[in-house]
Amino acid sequence: MLPCTGRIEESLLLKAFENGADGVMVIGCLEGDCHYVSGNIRAKSRVKRVYSILEQIHIGPERIRMYNLSAGEGAKFAAFANEFVDKVAELGPSPINLVRANCTKKAPEEEAI
Amino acid sequence: MITGTPKPIDEILEMVEPYNNIVVAGCHGCVTVCRVGGHKEVEVLSSTLRLAREAAGNKIEINEVSLERQCDPEYVESMRPYVEDYQAVLSIACGAGIQFLAEKFGNTPILPGINTGFLGVTERQGEWAERCQGCGDCVLHLTGGICPVTRCAKQLFHGPCGGSTAGICEVSKDVQCGWQLIIDRLKALDQMDNYTKLKPYKAWDRSRDGGPRRIIREDMI
Amino acid sequence: MNSGSNLEKVLEAGHFSVTGECGPPRGADPDHVRKKAALVKDNVDACNVTDNQTSVVRMSSLAGCMLVKESGVEPLIQMVVRDRNRIALQSDLLGASALGVRNLLCLSGDHQKFGDDPKAKNVFDIDSMQLIHLAKTMRDDGVFPSGDKLEGAPKFYIGCAVSPFADPYEIRVARLKLKIEAGADFVQTQCIYNMDTFNRYMEDLKKQGLHEKVKILAGVTPLKSAGMGKFMNKFVAGIDIPEPFIKRIADEPKEKQAAKGIEMCIEQILELKEMEGIAGVHVMAIEWEEKLNEIVGGAGLLPRPVVD
Repeated sequence: MLPCTGRIEESLLLKAFENGADGVMVIGCLEGDCHYVSGNIRAKSRVKRVYSILEQIHIGPERIRMYNLSAGEGAKFAAFANEFVDKVAELGPSPINLVRANCTKKAPEEEAI
Repeated sequence: MITGTPKPIDEILEMVEPYNNIVVAGCHGCVTVCRVGGHKEVEVLSSTLRLAREAAGNKIEINEVSLERQCDPEYVESMRPYVEDYQAVLSIACGAGIQFLAEKFGNTPILPGINTGFLGVTERQGEWAERCQGCGDCVLHLTGGICPVTRCAKQLFHGPCGGSTAGICEVSKDVQCGWQLIIDRLKALDQMDNYTKLKPYKAWDRSRDGGPRRIIREDMI
Repeated sequence: MNSGSNLEKVLEAGHFSVTGECGPPRGADPDHVRKKAALVKDNVDACNVTDNQTSVVRMSSLAGCMLVKESGVEPLIQMVVRDRNRIALQSDLLGASALGVRNLLCLSGDHQKFGDDPKAKNVFDIDSMQLIHLAKTMRDDGVFPSGDKLEGAPKFYIGCAVSPFADPYEIRVARLKLKIEAGADFVQTQCIYNMDTFNRYMEDLKKQGLHEKVKILAGVTPLKSAGMGKFMNKFVAGIDIPEPFIKRIADEPKEKQAAKGIEMCIEQILELKEMEGIAGVHVMAIEWEEKLNEIVGGAGLLPRPVVD
């Protein structure tokens, strides 16, 4: 259970991809509204770093993305989620999953935090 | 602390290409403080390598470890029980640590995962700057605590040169003129007569120029 | 007499001296230097040959000096400490003196990042201050810095550069004093355009009597265009060209700007001639050596004196 996106480490995000995620969505509070002051700002730069790592190893950097919204914006959440799912579907299974597809076929996973 | 920067991932992948089974070894010393070789960095590097290799159809097994330090034999010995079970060790400690592992584990290729940088300080979180060149002949008492060998791009002992403009060095607008800093400090300390002395020629043989160096403490052997 | 060089003789005899500059070529062609030397000849008391200026690789200063000397012009070797350690510097001093070079300018040298080879190793074994001291020790004490006796001491008229327009201003006079203490006989200044700042510098210098301890040659460079002035202000360290100065040139139509630059250079030299403490002028007509005769002549400084 995470109190704030600021608690997210790059290794956690990379582990998600190792565990078979086709996409990882990080959702934090609106900038300026972080309960812990700047946790979401830290998360933003960490997500950016993971984006850059994924780009360098050709996993498809768009498989990770951070969104900001407040806890009350239910409709926005749904819209973001749909947008991201569509994007990941467009990208297809992650290269890891394609390689593993020789074994069992897994449905695309997403993690919302 | 000793600082460093990560090697580009392409370079590391090329280095580990022949191996399927390696150790990635971090260090809890300097490289942890400057966020390039600590346990967190071991985890990120290991995940990155596993993802890249699996996607290329050539999985790699990684044992993620971090030693207290890689520059003292007692800590390095802790690897001995398992090191020969692996084909190589990718170390993200500083160059001294990487070389020490290579000396202690002569049968295993030890690979550098970082480019070791300089002796420096944390100016602010996320920013480290060079302070010491290890010249072996410290003159900080004469220059208000600011090193002319490190902070002056030309290592002048009677600076500044004519390339100093508004306190900035000619090499880059991001580099302060070391001699401007020294003069400001000497003025503040009322030690400007240190400035107007002719200094003897530097004894570079006390630095690396004299050959690789060694310190022996007889009372400790 | 420290060196017996023509420059030293002219200055010691009390004449207002003139020096010029030759930049060697980016290649091995000696005629490049000979052509420049021919334009400089009889217009100067000595001619500087630069040493890989701005770290851009050129024919060596010593080679350039020999070609200049061959052409009947007295050479002035420039030595930077950027590229050579103290062993090479001592060796080159002995070599230059053996080949008849009698004037020396000791410099730090622009950082190698500005030139062809920014990845080159940074030498700076000793700095320019220490090079002055080194040359003086060898000349006057007849020994190497290590203490061994020299088989024939080198003879040099030792010079240094000053930059009155570089920062910080407040130590520039102290630094000159240190250079004189280290052994400097003469000074060539960075090119002057801002006469207010230069006057202030000279006043500060005269308060300490330094103008009597060293021969000061004021540097001037004629501007070819207003554009050149703007470029230098922006990109060259230690250059300060006041707006009104550039404006006078900019107000001319493009084809007349070069002539205006020369006119203003002559004006400056005439003004410097009248200043107490200025022993001569160093005219850096870079890549414009053909105008040297016009400038020196226009300032009433021809013919150059012959002193025995």
